[in-house]
Amino acid sequence: MAESDQVTLLDLWASPFAMRVKIALAEKGIEFESREDDLSNKSPLLLEMNPVKKQIPVLIHNGKPVCESLIIVQYIDEVWTHKSPLLPRDPCQRAHARFWADYVDKKICSLGRMVWSAQEGAKKELIECFKLLEDELGDKPYFGGESLGFVDVALVPFLTWFSMLEHCGNFSMVEECPTLVAWAHRCMEKESVSKSLPDLDKIFGYFMELRKKHEAKKNA
Amino acid sequence: MADVVKVFRTWSSPFALRVIWALQLKGVEYETIFEDITNKSPLLLQYNPTYKQVPVLVHNGKPILESLVILEYIEETWKENPLLPEDPYERATTRFWAKFGDDKLVPSVRGVLMTQGKEQEEGIPVVIETLKLIEEQLKGKKFFGGETIGFLDIALGWTANLMCVFEEVTGIKFLDAETFPLLSAWIENFSDVSVIKQNWPPRDKLVLKFQAAREKCLAEAATK
Repeated sequence: MAESDQVTLLDLWASPFAMRVKIALAEKGIEFESREDDLSNKSPLLLEMNPVKKQIPVLIHNGKPVCESLIIVQYIDEVWTHKSPLLPRDPCQRAHARFWADYVDKKICSLGRMVWSAQEGAKKELIECFKLLEDELGDKPYFGGESLGFVDVALVPFLTWFSMLEHCGNFSMVEECPTLVAWAHRCMEKESVSKSLPDLDKIFGYFMELRKKHEAKKNA
Repeated sequence: MADVVKVFRTWSSPFALRVIWALQLKGVEYETIFEDITNKSPLLLQYNPTYKQVPVLVHNGKPILESLVILEYIEETWKENPLLPEDPYERATTRFWAKFGDDKLVPSVRGVLMTQGKEQEEGIPVVIETLKLIEEQLKGKKFFGGETIGFLDIALGWTANLMCVFEEVTGIKFLDAETFPLLSAWIENFSDVSVIKQNWPPRDKLVLKFQAAREKCLAEAATK
């Protein structure tokens, strides 16, 4: 890595997508500047660096922006190859990892939001998706095998949603998905994960505040 | 040991075409298994239990799923005629636009194809705006991949064939040469590549298929 590498992350403390990037950078030991953005008042820098989607996270590496969290994680893996490979070497295993990370994107995020807003049927489907991910994990310590991999990085930020999902969906994660909960705690023992995720109580409080406002708007 | 490569596809799936193009561009021999979506084979369900969809690439018995994931796999397994650039930043940019096509262009086009009246009218500017963003990526280039077709050309390639089919089905013009000179030129150049040309599904069959799909969707919406 060049001495003069400048790495900035356009960030949001509660975004699981930004957390993915922070974990990946931490795994690789890359120092970066985090710039918190405000989605209700997007910064000129964000609009310049991500004019197409105007969303965080954006990784700015030596002035060049990379957008979309899983694409950023792959970029990080391809640029900083000195340690902690996130994708395996074998093309078949890489395809497998990409498939499951994509599955997390397609299913967990949207279903999670639906559970938060108390939509019918979402909880059942979400739990089924978590169980499918448990099957994929099997008895490996991490999705990546003996160490954190691409799917772990893609999924573990959603640990910050677990308490909210339990509360809004009226179920217990540890009862429904004990293997996944154990996996999440195992990930949290890693510094790269624990320092990249916000305090779990703080984020639970934040979701409950948002929900109150959402309910108030609906009933107004 | 000789590679055994199979592709599960339907005659019309634009996502399966991506896989076919990539394999042919790399000179990989494969066997095609055509699926009937209304009556999926046990083998397809076994290989893709999660989504039960085509395309599926099966390489020496191992299934690879999701067309963009399959493209990356093909690129990493067969090194001839590379489809992705070498530079990580350019790779990230290519991946971004491929994902953008799937996340934004596909649903916006579907939003116009499967609706009518006010809802359809409101969907048209979304398609145009999305196409304009994509058009900009062609500035100074013959193909998205540069001088030769690459990953992004393959990912967006469905537009070169299906946009005019959708235009015929809906009676709406999306891609006129005046508004989209670069995309229009790209469609001609892309369609001229022999691997692309020889694999287009029959146009009249596509028109009938999407007309029927549109009618079915509108009928379902009317009963809600």
